[in-house]
Amino acid sequence: MKRTLLPVLSAGVLTLTAMTASAAEPLKIGISAEPYPPFTYKSAEGEWTGFEVELGQALCEAMQADCAITPTGWSGIFPALNTGKIDMIMNSLSITDKRKKVIDFTDPYYYTPGAYVAAKDAEFAIPDGLDGKVLGVQGATTNASYARRALIDSGVEIKIYDQQEQANRDLLAGRVDAILADKIAMAEFVKRDEAQGYEIRATAPRHPAFGEGVGIGLRQDDDALREDLNAAIAQVLEDGTCAALSREYFGTDICGG
Amino acid sequence: MDSTSNDSLLAWTGPILHGAVTTVEIAVLAYAIGLALGLIGASARLSPWPALRALGTGYSTLVRAVPELLLIILLYYAGSQALTAAYAALGGVGQLAIGGFTTAVGVLAFVQGAYMTEVFRGAILAIPRGQLEAADAYGFSRISRFRRIVIPAMLPNALPGMSNLWLILVKDTALVSVIGFEELFFTVQQAAASTRAYFVFYAVAGALYLVMTLGSNALFARAERHVRRGQTGT
Amino acid sequence: MDFSWLTDPFYQRYLWTGFVNTLWLVAVSGSLGLALAVGVALAQIRGPRPLALVVRGFTTVIRGTPLLVQLFFFYDGVGRLLPAIPGVQESPLWPLLRDPFFYGALTFTISVGAYSGEVIRGALLSVPPGELAAGRAFGLSRWQILYRLWLPRGFQLCLPTLTGEMILLLKSVPLVSTIAMMDLLKAANLVRDETFLVYEPLLLIAGIYLAMTLVLTAAMRLVETRFPGARPVKPRRRWLLPG
Repeated sequence: MKRTLLPVLSAGVLTLTAMTASAAEPLKIGISAEPYPPFTYKSAEGEWTGFEVELGQALCEAMQADCAITPTGWSGIFPALNTGKIDMIMNSLSITDKRKKVIDFTDPYYYTPGAYVAAKDAEFAIPDGLDGKVLGVQGATTNASYARRALIDSGVEIKIYDQQEQANRDLLAGRVDAILADKIAMAEFVKRDEAQGYEIRATAPRHPAFGEGVGIGLRQDDDALREDLNAAIAQVLEDGTCAALSREYFGTDICGG
Repeated sequence: MDSTSNDSLLAWTGPILHGAVTTVEIAVLAYAIGLALGLIGASARLSPWPALRALGTGYSTLVRAVPELLLIILLYYAGSQALTAAYAALGGVGQLAIGGFTTAVGVLAFVQGAYMTEVFRGAILAIPRGQLEAADAYGFSRISRFRRIVIPAMLPNALPGMSNLWLILVKDTALVSVIGFEELFFTVQQAAASTRAYFVFYAVAGALYLVMTLGSNALFARAERHVRRGQTGT
Repeated sequence: MDFSWLTDPFYQRYLWTGFVNTLWLVAVSGSLGLALAVGVALAQIRGPRPLALVVRGFTTVIRGTPLLVQLFFFYDGVGRLLPAIPGVQESPLWPLLRDPFFYGALTFTISVGAYSGEVIRGALLSVPPGELAAGRAFGLSRWQILYRLWLPRGFQLCLPTLTGEMILLLKSVPLVSTIAMMDLLKAANLVRDETFLVYEPLLLIAGIYLAMTLVLTAAMRLVETRFPGARPVKPRRRWLLPG
């Protein structure tokens, strides 16, 4: 992509920014179409909600912009951004150098480390005793890159899922021995009734694969939108909107870079 | 299952039925476009120009040799870029807003058209030459010969293949759930994940697809009787 | 087009695993599925009426519902109920039961059994009754007639169609990437996640599938010509048609 696809993409992007600036088209906030509770999920009434959705709406309010939540298959969310199907990715997207080569980021609005979840009575140590075990991670996440980079020699079998829920589900069904995922999502997960026998066993160390925190992903050259969003992020961090939402959803304040 | 899953089944009835309607809409539209693509493809494959023949053969052979899911994912990304490029080349400004529905219909129709090309080609080749020569002898133009003779004469040969392809299409609509489009199966997956009643919801999904396929079987049987009304002994 | 990632041993390993898993899945579910298909065909032709009805219902349901739905039904619907059975997690079968390969193979075996079962049923019914009567006249037992006459003649009649069914099976394999199994599509997705290249990995595996389809077709042709009593095979394009 570095050599060939980018010029094509950025040509498309140029024409697109021309359009977003002029038309009254709402800004399409791309979230994962696969539920990622409590960040993004869908109620039976069919409405998308969650921390990211509500924060996204707060940001749009701060920018006085018209926004539309646009669910997109997670594994294809980067191409969806660059082909203009969505205007931003707002779904616990960690800022990493690798991603920065293809998309732009706003300032970070929260940071959480990766956490390992396994059965309380599991007899192996994490991460040192993972040899011969199966570890589930969600593909196209920083946790997946971390697992593949840092755990490659540990003898662990890494199973890559399209959706975090599938990994969670397979942990409960005993099909994987442990999962590695965002700590907040995992803290929420182990509180579920069905996950009683499971706990956060360890936290992954800070690693370049995890990046600098979570920001909103944007097309490169979409500078006007980035500046507007940075201002809006500063505002929701400042006035406590983000902190209030964080406490509502996670019981703790994760806001800030 | 326990009563909570009965309650949740009720709560999800609306969204699931809505998803089923979307699935039928996608299938019907993709089928209609696929029929048109198939007629064009078959005409290309049977045309006297080698370049056109090669194009038609390439389309139907390549598409049919690659897994549908792979094609759907490829076309999902490539399709909107290609359309935007074409739009820009025609002097359009900005990005075409291509929704999930259009994408789903487009990719399924593209795949369907390749299979339909083969069905129509075989059916057209099976028309007795004498019928076409008779049309020429009566001075039919090429267009009216196609409309009045070729299509009615090939339909009885093509209908079994067409009904088979419709059933495959209905089942293939489930594949667009993989690119995150909310049709029947995507809705069912969400329902199953949020209620954790996987067994029940997937069984319900299966039952709904079965209703669609069995129902359309009956319709196609009637259609086949209709197009064969002039024939004896079949 | 940028294919420089192909030299990275990291991606090579995943692509190779995906390729091997794909072939394994086709081999396992193809052979088990054809065995099941013979049973499905015979049960409907010669089985007691209740069994014939049950089998007929089975083929109707399998052929009337999407394969992807069946895969999720077995993987998530049935597979999640299993650990609740006491002792299952300790049983020696558990390593098999927790592996997505098992559910892929199970789903595909059942699918091949239903689709090819109908094909074989039709073929068995079109074996001329006189040939079977001749077998009886020669004093062959029921089993001998089945193994020496009926099945070989039936297979001979439907081998080209079965070739098509095997191609369809091969083309279904990417579905297992949705249940976290490492197949070629999953490997391509991994390359995309890491390199942000969208088209190159997908085009590569499309090419691999094209090649596998051609090789499988050629291999089945060979089987068709070597099959006892086979007539010279006419050029045919039916192999790519589904169903």
